[in-house]
Amino acid sequence: MSPEIIQAIVLTTATAATPLLIAALGELVVERSGVLNLGVEGMMIIGAVTGFGAAQLFGSPWMGVFAAIVCGALFSLLFAFLTLSLATNQVATGLSLTLLGLGVAGMAGEQFVGLPGIKLQPIAVPGLSELPVIGPLLFAQDPIFYMSILLAIGVWWFIFRTRAGLTLRAVGDNHGSAHALGINVLRMRYLAVMFGGACAGLAGAHLSLVYTPQWVENMTAGRGWIALALVVFASWLPWRVVVGAYLFGAVTIAQFHAQAQGVAIPSQFLSALPYLATIVVLVLISSNRRMTMRNTPASLGKPFVPER
Amino acid sequence: MKTDVSQSAAPPPLLAVDGLTKSFGTLKANDAVDFDIVEGEIHALLGENGAGKSTLVKMLFGSLSPDAGRILWRGRPVKIAEPSTARKLGIGMVFQHFSLFDSLTVAENIALSLEAGTPLSTVADEARRLGEAYGLTLNPHAMAGDLSVGERQRVEIIRCLLQEPSLIILDEPTSVLTPQEAERLFETLETLKGEGKAILYISHRLEEVKRMCDRATVLRHGQVVAHCDPRAETAASLAAMMVGAEVEAVRRSPADHEAAGRSRTAVLCVSALDQKPLGPFSTALRGIQLEVHAGEVFGIAGVAGNGQSELFEALSGEQLQHDPDAVIIDGTPAGRLGPNGRRRLGAAFAPEERFGHAAVAAMPLTDNILLSRHASDASAYLSGGRFAVLRHSALGRTLGRVVKAMDVRKSGENPDAATLSGGNLQKLILGREFDRQPVVFVVNQPTWGVDAGAAARIRQTLLDAANAGAGALVISQDLDELLEICDRIAVIADGEMSEPLDARTVTREQLGLLMGGAEPEKHHGVAA
Repeated sequence: MSPEIIQAIVLTTATAATPLLIAALGELVVERSGVLNLGVEGMMIIGAVTGFGAAQLFGSPWMGVFAAIVCGALFSLLFAFLTLSLATNQVATGLSLTLLGLGVAGMAGEQFVGLPGIKLQPIAVPGLSELPVIGPLLFAQDPIFYMSILLAIGVWWFIFRTRAGLTLRAVGDNHGSAHALGINVLRMRYLAVMFGGACAGLAGAHLSLVYTPQWVENMTAGRGWIALALVVFASWLPWRVVVGAYLFGAVTIAQFHAQAQGVAIPSQFLSALPYLATIVVLVLISSNRRMTMRNTPASLGKPFVPER
Repeated sequence: MKTDVSQSAAPPPLLAVDGLTKSFGTLKANDAVDFDIVEGEIHALLGENGAGKSTLVKMLFGSLSPDAGRILWRGRPVKIAEPSTARKLGIGMVFQHFSLFDSLTVAENIALSLEAGTPLSTVADEARRLGEAYGLTLNPHAMAGDLSVGERQRVEIIRCLLQEPSLIILDEPTSVLTPQEAERLFETLETLKGEGKAILYISHRLEEVKRMCDRATVLRHGQVVAHCDPRAETAASLAAMMVGAEVEAVRRSPADHEAAGRSRTAVLCVSALDQKPLGPFSTALRGIQLEVHAGEVFGIAGVAGNGQSELFEALSGEQLQHDPDAVIIDGTPAGRLGPNGRRRLGAAFAPEERFGHAAVAAMPLTDNILLSRHASDASAYLSGGRFAVLRHSALGRTLGRVVKAMDVRKSGENPDAATLSGGNLQKLILGREFDRQPVVFVVNQPTWGVDAGAAARIRQTLLDAANAGAGALVISQDLDELLEICDRIAVIADGEMSEPLDARTVTREQLGLLMGGAEPEKHHGVAA
């Protein structure tokens, strides 16, 4: 393979990894607060359809990005209200959120089918993008790519370096004690869930404004689930989410290239790889109890109802 | 005791509670409770489990809201709607069920209860400084999940002190400490009292209360039965106020002790028992050697986290041994047998954790009885051969027997285990095993967090078991308990066991030294 092809593969890998990374970082924050939101797929597709629609309506892809973030957050607010205020089962509610999101997006997006999309143009950083090899890779990407990198750093810094992040981890570790310390558990979780929704919305916008600038029903194609698996794969650590997102992104791209090159690996096997990898990681994590203790939010999925 | 608030001569008490009432359904957990506490006072809150102490404390700390009544802080009525309000007023709390975050470091745990904006490094330094000042040594960078129970309590206390509260509520603080550690805690409390802080001290240990506390408020069934000066009372009269009847101290009679000393039949024989740590927070057992004779109560003292749980699990068969002869029950090598096999040999076990280990909260009492006896008493409770159909009538009869023998207080015929108070559940758990007339009876922390009345009942049961010819092995952190009921006492420290000592002649100091001997950190002099 020529260097150009390799560079193209790496470039497309970044594009495939970006939505996974953003959605997974959002879900990581949600899960660190002790809430399991299985509705990532649904929130993502809502982001994709509102992003596409708003871009069409206002003629600007940036309006699309903005609308996707807002709508993703609003959609997750429904989940937050049900699971936090009404203490419904998080797993069941999250699953319904995915189904609802897919349905609503399919209905709302019917008018967009076949319309030419508006692409969010790449931004080349002057000077740096001229650098050989890494220039086009790191400094001539679409804006959401830059956002995803900043987001990864920001989430790490927030969780491990700020007081609010410490509170977030405390709420996820032991909500009863957090409440006793005077921490507003529900507010923290509402904010975390909405952050997760906003991230999923942005990830969806990346799909309909950058990855394939058009609207296709079910265009998230299971990426929300991969993002969920990624969080566990990364054992709730942001830097591992970055590694995992690029690994899973690379697998997706490898599928296309393998098919193009006529390599006899069934594509189904490659699409199943992220999940297989997650299962392997789950086994590894649970065999190391110390590691589990340190990073798994102990209250994950448990409803919090303060006694009164 | 009431003073006229308008008088400037006598300042109002720091905290006064007036007619505080809280109901859960039909149960009045607190019924018109009143008491007050002044600065520079150690005030005891006494009462059996379920008397309403926790409810009262939760209302003071804002985790529960009262149905009626007033809380006055420095003479002004306040509404404590949530814990943060209590902390702003200056009320600090050291919880009984430690409320640390296991996955966070000590410094992070402490930082969470401080004002936002305190950098972590400052917290670590401050924690270290306070720790040294009050004799509570700590490593701020250790993970809370790695700490022993005693260390966790130190974190709780320091966390509380860092907020500079005027009122400190301590819930059962000494239950996890060696006598020497408790001694240091008392010094800490005296220092705090000298600084003018008020301390609300909740404890079952009446001797401590008599020694430490200036006044006491006694609760029974949610009502205040007495305000008294504990120094003017005896432990027996305090216990009588709590229970509403005289509690007789349970003691091993000298005659039984003599008889036990003559017994040579070993019913439980442990030799060269080694066990690797089972996890990151587990202690290794090294060369455990012991022999419990028929008719004897054998005590194992030690500070929490020195291998007691591991030893219990090794004896109960939850952890198997390689060598069948490492554990011999009633003459039969049992090292390779699981819990059911060992129970069939006549051994009975009552673990420390009541829920999750000894009983299932969401199951009715009869099912909980079946849980530990389904194998050893299969013929009584199961019928239909391989189909193993439950015989509810037989289980019901056993429950009736246990309830009667142990005086278990419950609501309804066969309620869920979750509805029983700690003391009553513990009585049921011990009664369930005692009812089998075991040959060997192994119990771990039998009276942990249990009220005086229930504790007396449980200790009597252990003595009864020994008098009936069983060998009782009692693992406990409560030295008084061991000294009262045991014939011989050994000490476990860092997974190693001392030679057994005669309980009649051994002193608390000797035991205390053995208990502290293998403690990982040596304590340096207290900085003034």
